[in-house]
Amino acid sequence: MAYVAVKGGERAITNAHRWLAEDRRGDVAIPEIETDQIREQLSLSVDRVMSEGSCYDRDLAALAVKQARGDLPEAIFLTRAYRTTLPRFGASLPVETGQMAVRRRISAAFKDIPGGQVLGPTFDYTHRLLDFTLAANGETSVDRALEAEEPQAYPMATIASVFAHEDLLEPDTQTDEAPAPFDLTREPMAFPAGRDQRLQALARGDEGFLLSLAYSSQRGWGSTHPLCAEIRLGEVAVEFIPDELGFAIEIGELTLTECQMISTYGGGVDTAPQFARGYGLTFGHCERKAMSMAIVDRALRDAAAGEASAPCQDEEFVLYHSDNVEASGFVQHLKLPHYVDFQADLQLIRRQRRDYAERAAAMKEAAE
Amino acid sequence: MAAQPVVEATPERRRWLSILAKAQPKEVLAAWEGLASPPEYRALRSPEIGMVLVRGRMGGSGDAFNLGEMTVTRAAVRLDSGETGIGYVAGRDRRHAEIAAAVDAMMQSADLRPSVEGAVIAKLARTQDERRDTAARKAAATKVDFFTMVRTRSPG
Repeated sequence: MAYVAVKGGERAITNAHRWLAEDRRGDVAIPEIETDQIREQLSLSVDRVMSEGSCYDRDLAALAVKQARGDLPEAIFLTRAYRTTLPRFGASLPVETGQMAVRRRISAAFKDIPGGQVLGPTFDYTHRLLDFTLAANGETSVDRALEAEEPQAYPMATIASVFAHEDLLEPDTQTDEAPAPFDLTREPMAFPAGRDQRLQALARGDEGFLLSLAYSSQRGWGSTHPLCAEIRLGEVAVEFIPDELGFAIEIGELTLTECQMISTYGGGVDTAPQFARGYGLTFGHCERKAMSMAIVDRALRDAAAGEASAPCQDEEFVLYHSDNVEASGFVQHLKLPHYVDFQADLQLIRRQRRDYAERAAAMKEAAE
Repeated sequence: MAAQPVVEATPERRRWLSILAKAQPKEVLAAWEGLASPPEYRALRSPEIGMVLVRGRMGGSGDAFNLGEMTVTRAAVRLDSGETGIGYVAGRDRRHAEIAAAVDAMMQSADLRPSVEGAVIAKLARTQDERRDTAARKAAATKVDFFTMVRTRSPG
């Protein structure tokens, strides 16, 4: 079979992109949306793009949302592409979420958690009725949030610290001289995956994919019956050691969402029964994602213990398919010309049909 | 891994560098432009945009894992009087990093320090404290007050 040279389409592509730009702008009688409006008013879109784009920069994410016409996986792709153009100055010290300036912190498991149940700015308990005043022309006046006499005490105790003295919750371990954590942006996926590799992959992973996996685990595909021990949202300082200084300085503050899921673990020969934990951490306010991540992290820990039986416990299945830039690239590459593949398939199918017809004719003849 | 430290780590310097980094670019610019006579300086390192890989802790307090990256801009300047300063600030605002470096240098000079200590550092710190306090008060206003339903039973 000879290859057929396929060239051309440049004019069509240029014109298609020009039309795309026009469509992006929409009706010119309506004011153009500014990136700072997106940053301020579509802040949860911005947060998702930063999280899965794996690059914390609100202005950049807002620009990506605008350019992608609100298509968040496309915006995530743009963010990932941009970050490859920047040099990396180094890695931060690990952020200390226990020191978070908390705006929201709830525990669905433990009603009397020290510091209390602080709802923060949440969709929870809204009635999910469309508010048509937001669609009214002109400015809608917004009542400012109420401020309490006394500010929320700082820092707020974590669920882990509350139960630490009883050893009821599996403790975290900090190793002296721990090697640098696995970095997916520099090393290919490897199995069995350490928890550091897994958490990095899940933190970049697609919210929808992780949500469905977490849901499947709750419904019985994998025996995780988690309780939400803690969700916290707030601001955390980032420390970095510049080479020219040689000591750590704070270089900024990030908004993070953290989730701790717990589920009972019956113990073993050497371990007493206790609550095992799953962990979720995201840039920005991505609560659904952080919860899903924590459930999937917990489910994958069964895999490490050789108890895997469900999709959400299969680390190769989960980690190989969680990245929406890769997934979308592979699925959507099918839109690109596959003329040669099709020609080959066509020849094969035609030959098979000819063989089939010949066999059928021979059988008919034999029967007569 | 770290190169020769140029200076001693002082809690004071860490504090002002932190305040400069956590301030919003427009606040830093406004404070700088409010200075009566900002000193002359030259760039040792022109503002450069890059990234820092942000690490979290597994489980919240365990060993590190890589969470994702953040954009960071850095700059280094030398004042005509000889002091050098550095700026490392989140985001991609070159001017923010450069002013941070200039203020860092000024804070190291006994002569120049009084002109920026109040007008820049204290001012930015106050804004940040207020912002934090406001958020903490808003948070406290959303704290759930549980009450227990007491069931009263008629005697007998």
